[in-house]
Amino acid sequence: MKIAVASGKGGTGKTTVSVLLYEYLDNYTYVDMDVEEPNGGIFVKPNIERREDFNKKVPDINENICTFCGKCADNCPYNALSIMEKAEKTLFFEDLCMSCGVCSYVCPVEDAIVEKNKKIGVINYGKGFKKSKEIDFIEGILDVGEPSGVPIINKINKKLDNDKKYILDAPPGTTCPTVATIEKVDYVVLVTEPTPFGINDLKLTLEVVEELKKPHGLVVNKDDRDNDLIEKFLQKHNIDMLGSIPYDEDFARSYSKGESLLNSSERIKNSVVEIIKNLRKTNKEL
Amino acid sequence: MSLKQTVVLSGKGGAGKTTLTATLAKLLKNKIIVDADVDAADMFILMKPKIEKKEKFKGKPVAKINQQQCIKCGKCMDLCRFDAINLVEGDYKINEYMCDGCTLCDIACPVDAIDMLPQIVGEWYKSKTNWGDMVHAKLYPGAENSGNLVTMVKHQAKLIAEDKNIGHLLIDGPPGIGCPVNSSLSGAHYAILVTEPTQSGLHDLKRIFEVSKHFDLDNFLVINKYDINNEMTGKILEFAEKKDMKLLGKIPFDKRIVNAQVNLQTPVDLQNNKELKKIFNEIFKKFMENIKGE
Repeated sequence: MKIAVASGKGGTGKTTVSVLLYEYLDNYTYVDMDVEEPNGGIFVKPNIERREDFNKKVPDINENICTFCGKCADNCPYNALSIMEKAEKTLFFEDLCMSCGVCSYVCPVEDAIVEKNKKIGVINYGKGFKKSKEIDFIEGILDVGEPSGVPIINKINKKLDNDKKYILDAPPGTTCPTVATIEKVDYVVLVTEPTPFGINDLKLTLEVVEELKKPHGLVVNKDDRDNDLIEKFLQKHNIDMLGSIPYDEDFARSYSKGESLLNSSERIKNSVVEIIKNLRKTNKEL
Repeated sequence: MSLKQTVVLSGKGGAGKTTLTATLAKLLKNKIIVDADVDAADMFILMKPKIEKKEKFKGKPVAKINQQQCIKCGKCMDLCRFDAINLVEGDYKINEYMCDGCTLCDIACPVDAIDMLPQIVGEWYKSKTNWGDMVHAKLYPGAENSGNLVTMVKHQAKLIAEDKNIGHLLIDGPPGIGCPVNSSLSGAHYAILVTEPTQSGLHDLKRIFEVSKHFDLDNFLVINKYDINNEMTGKILEFAEKKDMKLLGKIPFDKRIVNAQVNLQTPVDLQNNKELKKIFNEIFKKFMENIKGE
């Protein structure tokens, strides 16, 4: 069972909801897929037991045997290579490289391009505050300066065991990193807030989730019921309401300090109980 | 007059980038408004642009396998680095969401059964608002990483600026630290980093600063909701001082700022709200003082 927690807009409460579900449910592993800005660890406070460097493959051109024919640069879809035929020089722009392997494939000279590893991030495995016996926290962290965390997300996805239970804290947005995260999950919890920005970005995320045909439900965060934006949205869109999390000052304080979210206030706890109850209606194995 | 570019960024989403950018857009004269958060563009909600020109944006192509020609050798699937090719009931199929358009399968296919099809992944707009020209875009949901569209939007804004002799691009940046953020920072002169006093806010501020410092620009800081955790605000201020980031101002947590958005307004549009207006006006003033004479 894999549940992703997603929202188009950043700051609506993906990490909040992910942490609350992780705190409340037994035997779930928290997976932080927001590799550009992973924040789950601030709350889960894991003891990291294993760190794995994540490498991408980049070309290493041997200029001693290179004929400077330019085939690699002509075929590179990311314009990451430039060959100066007359000066017999090659230029490689590492940041643009997406490790597709085209250059080494098309190179006519054997071993003129070999691939070497370049670290672009790390995947951490640890045990969170629930003191479980097994690893129940996984996070990907993209190195600062690297353009894309998608390969790390894909790698983490491959490491997940189909028989185990996971909560995936998704990246914001509606493009590649989000799709890579929710593509393989069983259920998506969409999180929004009752503001025009929140609703606009929810609509965008809903399009992605519907196109991927993922079962989904909605949690409204910071819900203080002083406008009708959510009601208006629900009139136009047929979506399962899982529940809402009230705006609560004790909660905001706990959040800002990185303290337990579930126990920050009784209202919050009650709202989580309600969300879980509704989640179980469609997810029997939760 | 040389064109100045200011990007508002935060790393963490929801810190208040768009609200601040929209507010500055109403105060700053002689500028073009650019929404570079093409992934989840929200500036239009507050700026209410009238679209004058709309164009489709072509992204990377996507591979397509011609099943009649395919000899089922599986070479494409073995080579693909993006896990975009799967064997489904005897046929090799492209997963369009995973395909990065790299063309390796097309190059390697022994019977030329693969074509690269161009993809329309979004659209961009030239618009008019009550506060000046605006260039913005919409990336279709599920599309590729959006750095190229950010570059396009900024390029179009620059063309208008040159044409009309406008001196400033005011750019609402994307969240995160990846490729779209780099595209928004490329060529910029000033970055305004917006953060909130939470552990996540500080954590993400540090990361976005690491990105921003690689560009030759001046970094400014705005702390939003500064009074929800004064201790953390203190830590942020310490960090800013160490890194030579100039503080433009601190915004208190105030429900009226959210209410302004619900009414499709910025905090400076609010009636009977002298103290909030003053805070935003001060931020603007301080920013202008700092960039004057450069």
